[in-house]
Amino acid sequence: MSWFSAILFLAGLSTILAIILALANQKLKVFEDPRIEAVTDMLPGANCGACGFPGCRAFSEKVVAGIKLPGDCPVGGQDTADTIADYLGIDPGSSVKRVARLLCAGGTDVAAQAGMYDGYPSCRAAAAVVGGSKACVYGCLGLADCKDVCDFDAIHMGPTGLPVVDEEKCTSCGDCVEICPKNLFEIMPINRHLIVQCKSLLEGDRALETCQVACTGCGKCAADAPEGLIDIRNNLAVINEKMLNLQTEMATLRCPTGAIVWLDEEKPSDPQDVFSLLNQG
Amino acid sequence: MMWPFNLMGNTFRHGIHPHDFKELTRHIAIQRMPFPDRVVLPLSQHTGAPSVPVVKVGDKVFRGQMIARPGGFVSSALHASMTGTIVAMDLLPHPSGRLVESMVIERDPLSPQTLFREHATDWELLSPKDLLTMISNGGFVGLGGAAFPTHVKLSVPEGKKASFLIVNGVECEPYLTSDHRQMLESIDDIILGIRVTRKVLDVERIYIGIESNKEDAIELLAKNIPADLNCQVIPLKVKYPQGAEKMLTEAVLNKEIPSGKLPIDIEVIINNVGTVAGIGRMMITGQPLIERVVTVTGPGINRPANLLIPIGTPLNEVLDYCGGLKDTTRQILFGGPMMGAPQLQLDVPVMKGTSGILCLTEEDVFDREEYPCIRCLRCVDACPVSLNPSLLGALAIKRHYEEMLDYHILDCMECGSCSYVCPSNIPLVQRFRVAKGLNRERMAKKAAQTKSA
Repeated sequence: MSWFSAILFLAGLSTILAIILALANQKLKVFEDPRIEAVTDMLPGANCGACGFPGCRAFSEKVVAGIKLPGDCPVGGQDTADTIADYLGIDPGSSVKRVARLLCAGGTDVAAQAGMYDGYPSCRAAAAVVGGSKACVYGCLGLADCKDVCDFDAIHMGPTGLPVVDEEKCTSCGDCVEICPKNLFEIMPINRHLIVQCKSLLEGDRALETCQVACTGCGKCAADAPEGLIDIRNNLAVINEKMLNLQTEMATLRCPTGAIVWLDEEKPSDPQDVFSLLNQG
Repeated sequence: MMWPFNLMGNTFRHGIHPHDFKELTRHIAIQRMPFPDRVVLPLSQHTGAPSVPVVKVGDKVFRGQMIARPGGFVSSALHASMTGTIVAMDLLPHPSGRLVESMVIERDPLSPQTLFREHATDWELLSPKDLLTMISNGGFVGLGGAAFPTHVKLSVPEGKKASFLIVNGVECEPYLTSDHRQMLESIDDIILGIRVTRKVLDVERIYIGIESNKEDAIELLAKNIPADLNCQVIPLKVKYPQGAEKMLTEAVLNKEIPSGKLPIDIEVIINNVGTVAGIGRMMITGQPLIERVVTVTGPGINRPANLLIPIGTPLNEVLDYCGGLKDTTRQILFGGPMMGAPQLQLDVPVMKGTSGILCLTEEDVFDREEYPCIRCLRCVDACPVSLNPSLLGALAIKRHYEEMLDYHILDCMECGSCSYVCPSNIPLVQRFRVAKGLNRERMAKKAAQTKSA
C-alpha cells in the first residue's frame, strides 16, 4: 500500500500549498493600473531610453501618472502619441520628430587626407591613435562607428565616406551622438532647416587648406540673418537654437564654402548636392 | 625578496620578449643638436591641466625663462628652450593629433644661447619643501613617456609614506636607448638627482632597476654609487613591459600594486632615470626642463643617433639633421614600437615626453589579416596585469563595454602585449582603448549628472 500513501501524501501537501497560495494572493495583492500595461503595448517597445527613462515600461508609468506626455517618446512619433492620448483621454503633447544630423560635410572628395590609417577600422580607435587620418582634426573619419552602433539601421555610409542618416528610421536615441569621437552628431527637430555642417575652429585659410567646405568664420551668414540668430564663435558660425523660429534661407546664400545649409524636403539632404546647387547658383 | 631561480635577474610575472633592436644606437654617444630657427611649444605637454602663458606675442624671451606657469596643481611650468622672440600663439598640430594652443619662438640669430638664470642656490641649504617648489618651477615631468608632473609625484599625500624610491632605468621599449646613454654619460647628474629626491622624500632605500641588456650601465652605476646613498642597482631580466610602474615594483620589490592603486599606496615612488638626471643638473646649472635626450632610430632613418634636442624642435628638423628619411620609410612614431604614437605631420614638435623618434619602413609595417580567436590564451599568459584579453576582446566586439568594467578593463595600461602575441592578429589593445575611452566618458557623464542633481 506504499503507493497509496505516497499519493495521499502528495495530494495532501498540494492542497495545503494551494490554500496558502490562494490566501497569499488575496492578502498580498498589489493593485496595478491596467493602463500601464496597455500603454506599454502601444509604445514602440525599443527600450532605447531616449525619453530619459529606463525602458518603455518606466516611461508608460510616468505617462499614466501624468508626469510625462505621450509626445515625449521621441521614437513613436505623432501616431503613437495620438493613440495613447486617445486611450488615456489626455493631451498628446507636441511631438515634433527629432533626428540625428551630422555636422560635417567633408567627404573624401572635398576634405584633404594627411596620412593613411590602416589599423583597426573604427573611428574611435583611429581617433585614439593620432586623431585619424584626415587633415581636418574636427572632421568625420568615415570609419562607420555610428553605422555599427545604430540599432535602427538608420545610418548608412554614403559614397564620399560620410554617414547618411535615414530620417524616416532615425529615432533620436542618441547612440551615434555618444559613439562619435569627434562629437559630430546632434539631435535636432526635423523641421529645423538651417544648420552649419562644420565644427572646425580654425580660421579662414587654415580651415580651407584642410577642407573645401569648411566654415571659415567669415560672418556673411551672420550679417544676412536676423540679428542674434547666428553668432561667430571661435571662427565658427553658431546658430542660436532659441531663435530658430526666425530661420531663413537668406543666411546660406552668400556662404563662400557651403558650410551653412538650408535643408528642405524638396532639396536633397545630401550635403554634396547642396554644395553643387549653391555653386551653380 | 628574490625569486627562487634568479639567474638573469629579477622580473615580474607574464610579459613578452620582443627583440630589442637597441644595437642601432646603443654605442652612439649623445650629441647636441644645433638650435633650430623656431621652436613650437604646446601648452599641454604633460598629464593634467594646460599651462597658462605669462608672456605675450612679441616678447623677447631668454633660454630657460619661464613662459607659462602651471595651470593647477597637476600641471607643469613651461620654459623657453632658446633665446628669441615669441612670434605666435595659436592652435598648432600636436603629436597627439589634436590642435593645441602653442607658442612659437623664433631664434635670435645673434644670441649666444646662454642659460637665463635668476639666482644661484646651494641645494643643500634648501628645505625639502623649497626643493619641491624648485622642481615644480623647473617644469619637470616624467621623461619616460607619460609626462606626469614630477612635483605631483614627489608630493606624498597626507597620511601616506614613501619608504622606497625606485629609479627607472629599464627602458623596456625596443629600439630606445636614450636612458641607457644617459646612465653612461650623466652619472654624476643621476647621483645628485637621487640625493635631491631622497632629501625631498626622506626614503629608506633606493633601488635602480636596469634590464640586463645594459650590462655596461649596471656595472658603471654599481661601481660609482657612493656607499652613503643606501642605493642598490638591481639587474632585471629583459622583458616587456618592465618599465611600467606596476611591473617594475613587482620586479624590484616583489610587491604587487593592487588594482586601481598607485605605487605610493605601497610606499613606493618611481622616477625615470632621465628625470632624475634632469633634477640633478638643475641643482648645479639652474637649467629647467628645456631639452631632452631623444633616440632617433629605426631602419627608416639614414643616420640613427641619440640627440640632445631643445624641446619644441619640429620633427622635420630632427629628421634632416639625422640625414633624412629613406625612400622606403612608411611610418614615424613618437616613442617606441610597442606604445609609440604614429605621426601624421612632420611639423609636430618634440615634446617633454618624447623619448624616441622611430622611423619604420614598409617591411616593418604591414597589414595582417584578422582571424577568429582560437582560445589559445597566449594573451592571458602575456598580460602583465593578469587580465583576460581574450574574454575582454569578445565582449568588446559585442560592445558590452560596461560588462568589461567587471573584468577590470580600467587596469589595462595598453602595453600591447596581447596584440603582439595573438596568433590570429586580433587588434585587442585597440579595442580596449575604445572601450576604456567610452567607459571613462560614461563615468564622467554620470558623475556630472549626480553632481548637478
